[in-house]
Amino acid sequence: MSGTKLTPVITEYWDDAKPWSIDSYRSHGGYSTLKQSLETDPDDVIATIKDSGLRGRGGAGFPTGMKWSFVPQNDGKPHYLVVNADESEPGACKDIPIMLANPHALIEGVIMTCHAIRAHHAFIYIRGEVPHPIRRVHQAVAEARAAGFIGKNILGTGIDLDVVVHGGAGAYICGEETALLDSLEGLRGQPRLKPPFPAVAGLYASPTVVNNVETITSVPYIIRNGVEWYRGFGTEKSPGFKVWAVSGHVRRPGIYEAPLGITMRELLDYAGGIREGHELKFWLPGGSSVPMLTADHLDTPLTYEDMVEAGSMLGTGTPMVFDETTSVVKAITRWLEFYKHESCGKCTPCREGTYWITGTLEKFQGGFGQEKEVDELVELCNQIMGRSFCALGDAAATPYPGALKYFRSEFTDALTQPPDDLFSPSATMVIPSPAGVAG
Amino acid sequence: MSISEQTLAESRELAGRYPKARSGIVPMLHLMQAEVGMVNSDVIEACAEILDISTAEVVAVATFYTMYRMRTEGGEHHIGVCVNTGCGLLGGDALYEALAVKLGVGHNETTPDGKFTLERIECQAACTHAPVLTVDWEFFDHSTIAEAMDVIDRLTAGEEVLPTRGPAVRGWRAAERTVAGLDDGLADEGGGVDELMLAGLKVAKAAESGVDGTVKK
Repeated sequence: MSGTKLTPVITEYWDDAKPWSIDSYRSHGGYSTLKQSLETDPDDVIATIKDSGLRGRGGAGFPTGMKWSFVPQNDGKPHYLVVNADESEPGACKDIPIMLANPHALIEGVIMTCHAIRAHHAFIYIRGEVPHPIRRVHQAVAEARAAGFIGKNILGTGIDLDVVVHGGAGAYICGEETALLDSLEGLRGQPRLKPPFPAVAGLYASPTVVNNVETITSVPYIIRNGVEWYRGFGTEKSPGFKVWAVSGHVRRPGIYEAPLGITMRELLDYAGGIREGHELKFWLPGGSSVPMLTADHLDTPLTYEDMVEAGSMLGTGTPMVFDETTSVVKAITRWLEFYKHESCGKCTPCREGTYWITGTLEKFQGGFGQEKEVDELVELCNQIMGRSFCALGDAAATPYPGALKYFRSEFTDALTQPPDDLFSPSATMVIPSPAGVAG
Repeated sequence: MSISEQTLAESRELAGRYPKARSGIVPMLHLMQAEVGMVNSDVIEACAEILDISTAEVVAVATFYTMYRMRTEGGEHHIGVCVNTGCGLLGGDALYEALAVKLGVGHNETTPDGKFTLERIECQAACTHAPVLTVDWEFFDHSTIAEAMDVIDRLTAGEEVLPTRGPAVRGWRAAERTVAGLDDGLADEGGGVDELMLAGLKVAKAAESGVDGTVKK
């Protein structure tokens, strides 16, 4: 056995000359079982994914096979698959690399999933600010079409499928599945009230499955290698492998694919540890929408359940790591400015609440907050939590109470002294500071 | 109407990709913006006519998304600096300041010569590569201030500028056509799989062959 817990599956051949090409993907077994899969009863495909225990990689961790099984059958309506490739969560940077390096695994997953949910039309909604991944996915669809994997009567199975690649236009909220559907229908990207859930009334009010890029990309590997193989990775409740993207103050930030259940300490080791001469201050398991953790949680397994137990969430599984030079007040303020900017304005608690939280945090940032505001802000967050249509409101209400739990003194220190005085901004930087640039 | 026949034909083709034409509005706006440089009344009227909806409905959509320029034309090149926590604190703030001084413009402003539009952008999904600079939405990963200054100088001089992941920059309007969904034939260009994306694979392969094994259990 090798001495590593890393398990490159999705990332296994990313060091090929052109891993994004159909030839490269096929040389590693890609599309080899597609025909067989399309000849399998759709319900059996759903059962396989259910049995595999695959859970959504977009943040919520909902069991994928169960989501698929909610799509009503023989309802006479068209069904749709929509791939959520609107990766915009601060800290999340795994789907863009997957689309750059391995778009064909995503496409094969799309074809297999459409068969399972009896859809003949799939959409891949990619955020608009990333032309290169958009090019790669367009090309992958064209190559798959030329090879007969997309189009009419795929591989003689009688199955028809059309895949449309759709570029967005800059709106974080469109990563929320119902906002994404509104956006894809040509409307402002604002969330819908659930229920009805998309599986019943989604795109064009028809049954629709919305899945994250990494989720769909995992599908062909499970179908090819089987449930037992897949469950050989990870834990009982959080099986499988995951593309972890480790960023922040680490020596070797980047993509590390490993099973769920690996610990942050292990991932940190692979990433070379905290940068030279510094120590860990706080980290977030998966995006700015999950509560921060500290060095006390380094040995907690990175699974959906264990992260909740530890008071956070696995989220997108893209750990951000910050060292002792980082001002928590500044970090949190910046995230709240983001939520304020991205709140779609539909629900009052989120629209107004993000405005008020940000205003108060900016006072702390300036060093002139009032002591009572430290706790008032928690109450304000409580008034947003659970009171909006979608999770953006909850996400905006998360960072501050999470930070206060571990770093209360930083907020009280900021009442008299601006965080920029207490934490030198240039010390937090990983590039030479302006002073270091001659002229 | 100032929208060219070619763009109108391409817009209709975009709308035709969907079961319901209105789904094509977001790509259509990108495409027309690529020609006009902004979403002006000509663009709005053309979209409304093709989709058979009111101009108010088009405006409602266009004003929701940050990539559309509703008030002024965008410059030849779009310069984006991520200032969200992961990039901003790690150097993005300083990058933005330096660029604002060099270009003499602020957020969402265009230099008087029409060459550059500067924007503070939100998370670009490249946090592993912080701090991230974008030119015409291509990745200039882990950019230093010196590198960013050099990029501006070379673009000003009309030289070819290569991102860290992606093809040589061609201008903001060309990028808008790509985002709209028109093939630019550049999918194979510019690598796109860099050392950071291979970080885990390298460790795993080294451990497999017994060479390095950064972590030994």
